Amino acid sequence: MTDQPLRFHVPEPASRPGGRPDFSNVVIPEAGSVRRPPVDIDPKEIRDLAYSIIRVLDREGQAVGPWVPDLDGDALIRGMRHMMTLRAFDARMQMAQRQGKTSFYMQHTGEEAVSCAFRIALGPEDMNFPTYRQAGLLIAHDYPLVDMMCQIYSNERDPIKGRQLPVMYSSKAHGFFSISGNLATQFVQAVGWAMASAIKGDRRIAAAWVGDGSTAESDFHAALVFASTYKAPVVLNVVNNQWAISTFQGIARGGSGTFAARGLGFGIPALRVDGNDYLATYAVAQWAIERARRNLGPTLVEYVTYRAGAHSTSDDPSAYRPKHESEGWPLGDPLIRLKQHLIALGAWTEERHKQAEAEILATVIAAQKEAEGHGTLHSGGKPSARDIFEDVYAELPPHLRRQRQQSGV
Amino acid sequence: MPNCLRTCAGSVSRAGSDAMARMTMIEAIRSALDVSMGRDENVVVYGEDVGFFGGVFRCTHGLQQKYGVNRCFDAPINELGIVGTAVGMAAYGLRPCVEIQFADYMYPAYDQIVSEAARLRYRSAGDFTCPLVIRMPTGGGIFGGQTHSQSPEALFTHVSGLKTVVPSNPHDAKGLLIAAIEDPDPVIFLEPKRLYNGPFDGHHDRPVTPWSKHELSEVPDGHFALPLGKAAIRREGASVTIIAYGTMVHVAEAAAEETGIDAEVIDLRSLLPLDLDTIVASVRKTGRCIVLHEATLTSGFGAELTALVQEHCFYHLEAPIMRVAGWDTPYPHAQEWAYFPGPARVGAALREIMESR
Repeated sequence: MTDQPLRFHVPEPASRPGGRPDFSNVVIPEAGSVRRPPVDIDPKEIRDLAYSIIRVLDREGQAVGPWVPDLDGDALIRGMRHMMTLRAFDARMQMAQRQGKTSFYMQHTGEEAVSCAFRIALGPEDMNFPTYRQAGLLIAHDYPLVDMMCQIYSNERDPIKGRQLPVMYSSKAHGFFSISGNLATQFVQAVGWAMASAIKGDRRIAAAWVGDGSTAESDFHAALVFASTYKAPVVLNVVNNQWAISTFQGIARGGSGTFAARGLGFGIPALRVDGNDYLATYAVAQWAIERARRNLGPTLVEYVTYRAGAHSTSDDPSAYRPKHESEGWPLGDPLIRLKQHLIALGAWTEERHKQAEAEILATVIAAQKEAEGHGTLHSGGKPSARDIFEDVYAELPPHLRRQRQQSGV
Repeated sequence: MPNCLRTCAGSVSRAGSDAMARMTMIEAIRSALDVSMGRDENVVVYGEDVGFFGGVFRCTHGLQQKYGVNRCFDAPINELGIVGTAVGMAAYGLRPCVEIQFADYMYPAYDQIVSEAARLRYRSAGDFTCPLVIRMPTGGGIFGGQTHSQSPEALFTHVSGLKTVVPSNPHDAKGLLIAAIEDPDPVIFLEPKRLYNGPFDGHHDRPVTPWSKHELSEVPDGHFALPLGKAAIRREGASVTIIAYGTMVHVAEAAAEETGIDAEVIDLRSLLPLDLDTIVASVRKTGRCIVLHEATLTSGFGAELTALVQEHCFYHLEAPIMRVAGWDTPYPHAQEWAYFPGPARVGAALREIMESR
């Protein structure tokens, strides 16, 4: 018995503006120290992996331990270039938004490895159900930068006709499901897509994507129930970048030790991986994808990373976290880490890196020029106002025909 | 029941056997699912209690046994998950036809219906589509209380990208459900549960009439589809038009018979797309209009119908348009029949509108 009144509990992050960055709660195991179980292991045997962090690249840039993937120098250079392209793309589009050429943009800074490495592990027929911070899935699959920019500008060449906010891309041919903008809704759709593949006896698998904050949505939990019940061939990806706009990850996570641990009660094997380590991310993605492909069912993967930039062009993180918090992030920057590894391998030099940077920037600028030739949000070519009425249904119903007539387009 | 076989739809598409059979609404729905699953292996059926047991209303009885667990299976009690996975399946290329056990249980799935199923074609410019049917028993009259009696059709007709269908008899239920399953877009298919076993006209104190005594229980055995967006005139009349759908079609017919007022009864069958032409032709002919539904009055689908009639028939109206609907309260349990807009209320409205000039 106690005579204490009840206390209400609201979790708080370790540090706020004006304070020192504090990541002492993020326990980082040594690179190479986490075991690599066979993919057909009983999930009960690897519950500890939901609380650790799988890492491959050590502080010297060496790839160590059982998770070192089978990627040669050329493949890693391609990965490097994908991440560099995404970063350069972000910089140009962020600037374009500031110049008033579009309404909105969302950068990937610090999280480039997650989507770039995952895409390489996935097959060409598979389908991603992404959030707004996985453009690496398109870039690493050679989706044209011009098409991405035309979408961002909502111009006359926008593949989705100016109907969606910038960065809400859609490309069936590139295994990239139309982004909703409502958070987590697509997590459960990925499970349904995967169930359909299994119902048809096909070989395609799905990848679901969600951020740390949105794991709190019911859709996330519904997805885990259905994936677990029907052993759906799906990889359930949680990108934990520590911040959901201004809300630190502890608000969504609550008393659960990690987001990966959410999978354990469903009997879904759960891995936690260093999301700023291109090699580890690729290796874990490959493991989870192989499980799905071999009828072993879903895997939950938590990518531990850090949103180094603002949530979007409408956000200023200095209002809610220490200004230099990103510098204190213990898992570093994914581009610098892969670059260091490539140099250690002897496959890359500072000079080649600079050359590549200049070359990639030139490619991105050329794409931007071409895209802007088709218009930006406020000038030049625009999607037709007539398009407003198309694609609501396969065929225009009578009431929309009347409204189109009324609108005079 | 005179004139009830008259329909406005000439274009009934039919293939295979022309044989007819007597069916209840449940049997007609089951037959539609069976025919669709037999013709297209992409049609899958699932929901709560839908698989082994065959559904709490028995609409999927025998389908798992006939088509296997891959095609008809039980789902967890998670409406969000049922619809959310169905959106993914539809995007894959299947044609899921899922059951929400009661329309009242739909709310957890509403975001998946509104923001996802309804918007997928539009937001991807046709790159991804969502050919999905969501079946839900709707309406009251079975002492279901507030969580087993609601009529949420207006929550769907308000959403661009959805089609909303409400059959009133076994014949239409089969033809409309097959059309819904074959439709390239998401369709909400509301099944008036009080009509499952008989043509209920609102006289709850009388013995239940079985469907076998009703002409519209005669249903083609094989494949046939009724076009979505074509209303039927269930009773021809010259004095007043009653626009209704689902259970209320039978209530309207009863009220017309009992008052002796020469009312024309339109059964909308599909709320969206809406057969405006049939409505306008009828109201211009009769000059009077009552809009009738079981759902609550305020912002109900009747408000839309009333506005449309006003816009298109104003100079033909001899009296203000009247609405008869459920009261703006939750659906009560013990007071169900005080809530339900039965033939007495419709009859009173008929008399009132005929006196009004």
